[in-house]
Amino acid sequence: MKKWLIMLLTVMLGLLGLAGCSNGETTSGDAKDDKVEITYGVWGKAQVPVINDVIKLFNEKHPNIKVKVELTPYGQYFQKLETAATGGAMPDVLWMNGPHIAQYAEGKVIIPLNDLIKKDNYSLDNYPKSLVDLYTVDGKVYGIPKDFDTTGLFYNKKIFDEAGIPYPDDTWDWNKLKEVAEKLTNKDKGIWGFGAMMENQGGYYDLIWQNGGHILSKDGKQVGFDTPEAIEALKYNISFIKEGLSPTLAQMTETAASELFISGKLAMKLDGSYMVPDYRVNPDIDVTIPPKGKNRAVSIHGLSNVIAANTKHKDAAWTFVKFLGSKEVAEEFAKSGVVIPAYNGSQDMWLKSVPNMNLQVFIDALEYSNPLPSVKSTGEIWQYETDVLKKAWAGEESVEDAVKELSKKANEALSKN
Amino acid sequence: MKELPLQVEVKSKKVFKVSNLTKTRKRSDYFWAYLMIAPTMLGLFIFYLWPIVQTFYFSFTEWGAFGQYEWTGLDNYKRMLEDTNLIKSFKNTGIYIIFTVPIGIFLSILVAVLLNQNIKGKSVYRTLYFLPVITMPAAIAMVWKWLYNSDFGLLNYLLSLFGIKGPQWASDPKIALYSIIVVGIWSGIGYNMVIFLSGLQGIPKTYYEAAEMDGAGPFRVFFTITMPLLSPVIFFVSIMSLIGAFQVFDLIFMMIGKSSTALENTQSIVYLFYQHAFVLNDKGYAAAIAVLLLIVILIITAIQMVLQKKWVHYD
Repeated sequence: MKKWLIMLLTVMLGLLGLAGCSNGETTSGDAKDDKVEITYGVWGKAQVPVINDVIKLFNEKHPNIKVKVELTPYGQYFQKLETAATGGAMPDVLWMNGPHIAQYAEGKVIIPLNDLIKKDNYSLDNYPKSLVDLYTVDGKVYGIPKDFDTTGLFYNKKIFDEAGIPYPDDTWDWNKLKEVAEKLTNKDKGIWGFGAMMENQGGYYDLIWQNGGHILSKDGKQVGFDTPEAIEALKYNISFIKEGLSPTLAQMTETAASELFISGKLAMKLDGSYMVPDYRVNPDIDVTIPPKGKNRAVSIHGLSNVIAANTKHKDAAWTFVKFLGSKEVAEEFAKSGVVIPAYNGSQDMWLKSVPNMNLQVFIDALEYSNPLPSVKSTGEIWQYETDVLKKAWAGEESVEDAVKELSKKANEALSKN
Repeated sequence: MKELPLQVEVKSKKVFKVSNLTKTRKRSDYFWAYLMIAPTMLGLFIFYLWPIVQTFYFSFTEWGAFGQYEWTGLDNYKRMLEDTNLIKSFKNTGIYIIFTVPIGIFLSILVAVLLNQNIKGKSVYRTLYFLPVITMPAAIAMVWKWLYNSDFGLLNYLLSLFGIKGPQWASDPKIALYSIIVVGIWSGIGYNMVIFLSGLQGIPKTYYEAAEMDGAGPFRVFFTITMPLLSPVIFFVSIMSLIGAFQVFDLIFMMIGKSSTALENTQSIVYLFYQHAFVLNDKGYAAAIAVLLLIVILIITAIQMVLQKKWVHYD
């Protein structure tokens, strides 16, 4: 009996080895037929079905370039990429975000696209200028904009109807938001008026800008968290928790605020347009323009496709990146409703993708949006924000003390550049 | 194995020739033996020993972006002396060890002794106790995270039936570490239990029969026969679980959110190492933490080796 089992295992192992061999043979065979395989590194799971459709379209035109999608969740994406970059094993084409572009461009692990753009007369006028600028480092363009996201005030219509309160609109300001949040909070039903999350994009960054503050000084040498405007904005955000109008930070780490919102436990929530695919499952959820502080302001951010410096198939990678930047692909993404495509004019289709939400607010926000700051140490600063601000959010430390510590750490990180 | 006939031949006059033959045969035996273990040894060298050497080297360097590093001498070790987070993480890990190792060993001996009796369906129980071991730590953490959820978790729901408002098990800074300890003990019992079971079955029945004849009660039997004869196994398990407890990471990583204020009071040494190596990209300092951990584990294991002479019985 035992011998029989060992035999079986040996045979299975042998077969595995054989399978490995046969795989190797096919790839080398492909190379002979001038076929290349490139990898595409992404982190958005919700977008993978669309990406697969896009690759199918791409292969109709370029059957000799095979594209393999490598999905890594965002939490690990940049950790993995950092290691891959060190070992020269990055995907040929990959997603890049604003906070990391400076680090990767200055580290020379992704390639500038200027020469390729020039050679092919590729037009960058098709994308919002703020997004092209975001991916320009030292005058060189490194990424072709893929999509963008801005902030809106999501709200649950059902909770408003039951309380007999009119829906939020463009007349709202900070005081009004607080006032309505108080009215909507219902301890017996377990409903909170507002979700004061600890997120920078679509959260406290937006509020700091609305209050006339800044995140990064113009010379990029100092953070603005310890300015009176920023302190006031953070205090306003945290006051919702202190007054019992929002779940506590602990509650929101145990059960994500977005889940509380979808299940009707939260009446209002500021969030980026990237949450639309999640929120559309609840037909009661709509979105409107965020309330005004001293100014009207939201954050804008968008991803781009970049090419790794370690790619062995630069031409194929560029062909794919160009295709991803085309109107055809933008419309494919727009139809699916998962993201707002960056290609000018293709946004109309996106608006129709979720008919019961007023998605126009995200497009209108382009007029008063601020790009997320991007410097070499952005990743590190974000880590400090989480580590330090959570103490203020949990009420363990005053906002003043927290921003003092945060600014000290962040400014140190900035001075290392 | 073939030593016996050779020894006989040594007595004869052809001693010289024979021992020569033995040597060559032994040499070829060695050759084949080394050839057979070569794949494993190669893996061990490439994936374990070489990284240890490299980690040691990197602990004297500071890292920039994308693999550039420079020699900074003892800077990383000097920095450790002032790092309050490091001290705190040692404290957290210490508390974790103090609770999980003794309680875990005690409970697994208890379970092993009980399941060593002739009770009905003991293999079912053994399987049940062993299940957490073959379950992925990530899955264990996800299930417990839900059990511990303060608003929608099963634990607080049960408490609410008795009119008690349960605490925030996994996010109250004062409680979270103990919540993790419970999961750590629970998920470790099965593995230790199996080792203890095999140890128990190695104890000859005759001792128990003799004790029974002399009229010893079950507790007397346990403390004078079972415990001493099981002590080598207890020693082995305590070393292994101590090393395992020193390296606790996945439960904390999965159960405590990054924005949770309980993180400072739960993060272990390995968690801090991970944070520096992969989040803050501070690989030199992370390597220094790893080296420190290695030294601490070495010292504690050495102390255990010395102390074992006092209480472990080999016969």
